[in-house]
Amino acid sequence: MATKKKLDFEGSMARLEEIVSLLERGDAPLEQAMTLFEEGAKLLRECTSQLDQAEQKVTLLTAGEDGQPVEEPFQGES
Amino acid sequence: MRGEPSVLTPSQVGQYIKSFMDRDRVLSGLLVRGEISNYKMYPSGHHYFTLKDGEGALRCVMFRGDAASLRFRPQNGMQVIAAGRVTVFPRDGQYQLYCVRLTPEGAGDLHVAFEQLKEKLLREGLFDQSHKKPIPRFPRTIALVTSPAGAAVRDMLRILGARWPMAQIKVLPVRVQGEGAADEIAAAIRWANWKQVADLIITGRGGGSMEDLWAFNEETVARAIYDSEIPVISAVGHEPDVTIADFVADLRAATPSNAAELAVPDQNEVWSALLHDRERLRGGMVYRLSQCRRRLDRAAKSRAMTEPAAYFQNKRLLLDYQSRRLVHGLDRTVSAQKERLARLAASLDAMSPLKVLGRGYAIARKENGTILSSVKDAAPGEPFTLRLSDGTLNCRTEEGGT
Repeated sequence: MATKKKLDFEGSMARLEEIVSLLERGDAPLEQAMTLFEEGAKLLRECTSQLDQAEQKVTLLTAGEDGQPVEEPFQGES
Repeated sequence: MRGEPSVLTPSQVGQYIKSFMDRDRVLSGLLVRGEISNYKMYPSGHHYFTLKDGEGALRCVMFRGDAASLRFRPQNGMQVIAAGRVTVFPRDGQYQLYCVRLTPEGAGDLHVAFEQLKEKLLREGLFDQSHKKPIPRFPRTIALVTSPAGAAVRDMLRILGARWPMAQIKVLPVRVQGEGAADEIAAAIRWANWKQVADLIITGRGGGSMEDLWAFNEETVARAIYDSEIPVISAVGHEPDVTIADFVADLRAATPSNAAELAVPDQNEVWSALLHDRERLRGGMVYRLSQCRRRLDRAAKSRAMTEPAAYFQNKRLLLDYQSRRLVHGLDRTVSAQKERLARLAASLDAMSPLKVLGRGYAIARKENGTILSSVKDAAPGEPFTLRLSDGTLNCRTEEGGT
C-alpha cells in the first residue's frame, strides 16, 4: 500500500487554515463537515507536535576537495 | 603714517587681519589634510572640529547647510581632507577654516566606485522588484553565509534558536572583509545553490567602516545574489549602512539580528495561532451540529410527525371534497349539454320539410326525379309527381304554366 506523502509544516498550516475557513462558512454537508473536522484535528496535532519537539541543529558546512558538502557540528566561537 | 605706532582697538586689528586674509588667493580656497579631533556638533546643526598634523592645529567649522552633504559621520581620529577658506573672526581673534566639503582620506574613491556600480547594476535591472523572490514562511533549512566568528553569527544563531528551532542552520564560513572576501562570499552563495543546501540564505556581517563592508559592494557578490534561486536576505552592518548587496537581495535586513527576525516566525505566535485554530475548528463544528439539530427538531415537531392520523384524515377529507366537486361538476355539464341538444332538436324539427307538407305544401318532381320549381320547366302533357304529406300523386300537365 502506497503511503500518502506527509505535508511539511508549511503545507500542513496552509491546509489547516483552509479547513477552518471552510468549516466556518457553515454550508458544507454534514458528512463532509465531519471529515474536514477530523482532518483538521489531525493536522493540528501534527503541527503542535512538530513545534513542541523542534530542536535546532547548527552545523558548519564546507566544500570538500571534490566540491561535495562536508558537514560538522558548529562550535560557536566567541 | 611712519614713526609713531598707531593705537588700534582689538576689533580694528581683527578687521585689518581679516582684510589681508580675505584678499589672499591661497587662503580663499584651499584643501587641508589632517586628523579630526575635538569634534562636536551643536543643536544648531553646525559642526566644529580641529584638524591637526602632529605639529600644528587648525580650527574648523562646518555650517549646517554644508554639513548636509556629508556622506559619512566624522569622528575623532579620522584622516580627512577639508575644502574651504581660512579667515578670521574678529570677535574672538581666532582664525579658522570655514569648511564646505569634507571627505575621508582615501574613501573618496570608494564613494565614487559605489555610486558608479550602483548606477550600472540598476540600469541592468539587478535591483528590479519583479525579480525578487518571496521568503519562505517556514524555512526548513537556513544557510548563513558569514564569518564563523564574531557577534553577527552569534546573534543570528541566538535569535533563530529562540524563535524557530524547527529550522536547521548551516553555517557556510567566509571571510567578510579584506582581499578575496567578495569572491569567497559569491562562491559560497553559488555553491549553496548548486548543492541545494537550504531554502533560505542569509548573508552579511556586523557593523564597520565603508572599507570594512566593501566586500558586499563588489559586483561579484551582487551577481551571485541575483543569480541565486534560493531567496537571499542581506544583513550588512547597522541601520544606516546600505550596500549594493542590500539592493540586489530579495529582502534587506537592517542588521544580522533583524535578518533572523525577518527570516523565521516566532514560535510563540504560531502556537497561539494554532490554539486559535483549534477553537475555530471546534466552534465551527459546534455551530454546524446545532444547526442540524434545530432542523431535526423542527421536522420532529411538525404535525405530520406528531399527529400522523389527524394529518392524514385531513388529507382524506380534502380528497373526498374534491372528488365530489368533480362528480357534481360533471353532472351539471352533462345536463346542460342534454338541454342544449333538446333545444336544437326542437328547432330542427320545426324546420322539417315533412311538417311543411302537413300544412298543404307539395313537392313537384319531374320524371327523372329533379325538383320542379318553375312553370317553365313543365311542358304540356309532360308527366310529373306530386309528393303530399301522406303519399305521392302521378300527374300530367294540362296546359302551359302561367
